[in-house]
Amino acid sequence: MIKVSHLKKSFQQTEVLKDISFNVENGEVVAIIGPSGSGKSTLLRCLNYLENPDGGQLEIGEVVLDTKKATRSQINNIRKQTSMIFQHYNLFKNKTALENVTHSLVVTKKMKKEVAAEIGRDLLKKVGLLDKADSYPVKLSGGQQQRVGIARALAVDPHAILFDEPTSSLDPEWVGEVLRVISGIAEGRKTMIIVTHEMNFAREIADKVIFMADGYIVEQGKPEEIFDYPTNERTKKFLQDYQKQVGDFQTNGSPSVREVMK
Amino acid sequence: MNFDIGYMIEIIPELLKYIPITLYMAIVSMIIAIIVGGILAVILVNRVPVILQLAKVYISFFRGTPALVQLLLIYFGLPQLIPTFNSIGAETAAIIAFSLNTSAYLAEIFRAGLVSVDEGQTEAAATVGMTYGQTLRGIVLPQAVRNAIPATGNTFIGLLKNTSLAFTIGVTELLAQGKLIASATLNFFEAYLAVGLIYWALTALYSRLQTWYEKKINLPYER
Repeated sequence: MIKVSHLKKSFQQTEVLKDISFNVENGEVVAIIGPSGSGKSTLLRCLNYLENPDGGQLEIGEVVLDTKKATRSQINNIRKQTSMIFQHYNLFKNKTALENVTHSLVVTKKMKKEVAAEIGRDLLKKVGLLDKADSYPVKLSGGQQQRVGIARALAVDPHAILFDEPTSSLDPEWVGEVLRVISGIAEGRKTMIIVTHEMNFAREIADKVIFMADGYIVEQGKPEEIFDYPTNERTKKFLQDYQKQVGDFQTNGSPSVREVMK
Repeated sequence: MNFDIGYMIEIIPELLKYIPITLYMAIVSMIIAIIVGGILAVILVNRVPVILQLAKVYISFFRGTPALVQLLLIYFGLPQLIPTFNSIGAETAAIIAFSLNTSAYLAEIFRAGLVSVDEGQTEAAATVGMTYGQTLRGIVLPQAVRNAIPATGNTFIGLLKNTSLAFTIGVTELLAQGKLIASATLNFFEAYLAVGLIYWALTALYSRLQTWYEKKINLPYER
């Protein structure tokens, strides 16, 4: 369970998150969509304290904290409830694919190397990269790096996984394989929050869609509600613009997405 | 022309005996400088208030004044202020001076090495529950070291040659011995050329060592 109440965040004079509240049930997949600069990524980064929120309450899994008086150990605890997939993968460049997945287990959970390696191999198999276990990130394609990133995030077995635009910096040819892996995880009923620009994907995978604009949650609901019957003008405009650019998300999505849905 | 190559070759074995003292000063100074420079770099990166300003003044002073001045200041100047330094040997004074001097250069090199590791990796480490210390050790330092190796090597070569300054305070090292031979026989050119060639050989040897090491640690990053 994730509960976000009245979350606020400013950078200097700019209020990026104005008053954000929403819930995510266990096993629920939530997609956050909205125009660039609406605060989607900042929201995600406040949940694991990569950015320090200015106000509001957070509840993730077992941990509840008031962001105004969070202690160091509370912050560490809430961080342990989630893991993250980044737009730019952010793999450890000095580690092999397998070590990227297992390193945290060895240093933070004091797991034996062999035990961690077994878990790591299982996860690499899950994302289809067992044969790349000993490759360094520089030798992997963007899609492969992102899949290692997903395996790394799964390794710590978090309460929820946060996806920060996981396919935005990928070449189109690699988008499909990454979305397929994410779909696979979603089927395992893992709690996930996904910030994405892939509307077809959001519609297909999400149990709930949140539309953000200008630091507010403008509208939220089931995918069909948001995509087929948006009530807010901002949502309508955003989806219309998206359709103009990318194509009709109801009938014929971008090729990579259509491929995933097969 | 008056150049006795036979004489030059003849004195080389005599000069080689002083390589250990030269290397000793260079290596010990380098080790101390790496430790001090490393601490300074962490202060620079984390911008610890007050200590940061002190570190900056330290770096500015030791980079901004000649190594020879620093050497004389420490060997002749310090005992005047602090009497305990009266008993300090010339060799030790030289090592102190070279360490302080080199650490100032290394601090900037190490700082650049640390910030060259993109922040995304540090963030990723945080999201899988790693502490700052664990991230520094496992992720940032290994990559920072690799990025800093070429410039650090240059600094070491500079230091190796700078040790010749120690002859001014009476340490009998490579150059001092060369000078001794030169003034005894008046074969200045042969003696100083021999000294120069030995330094050259030392730095060339070191460069090969470094190239080998760079190749080794670059393996994970090669496409």
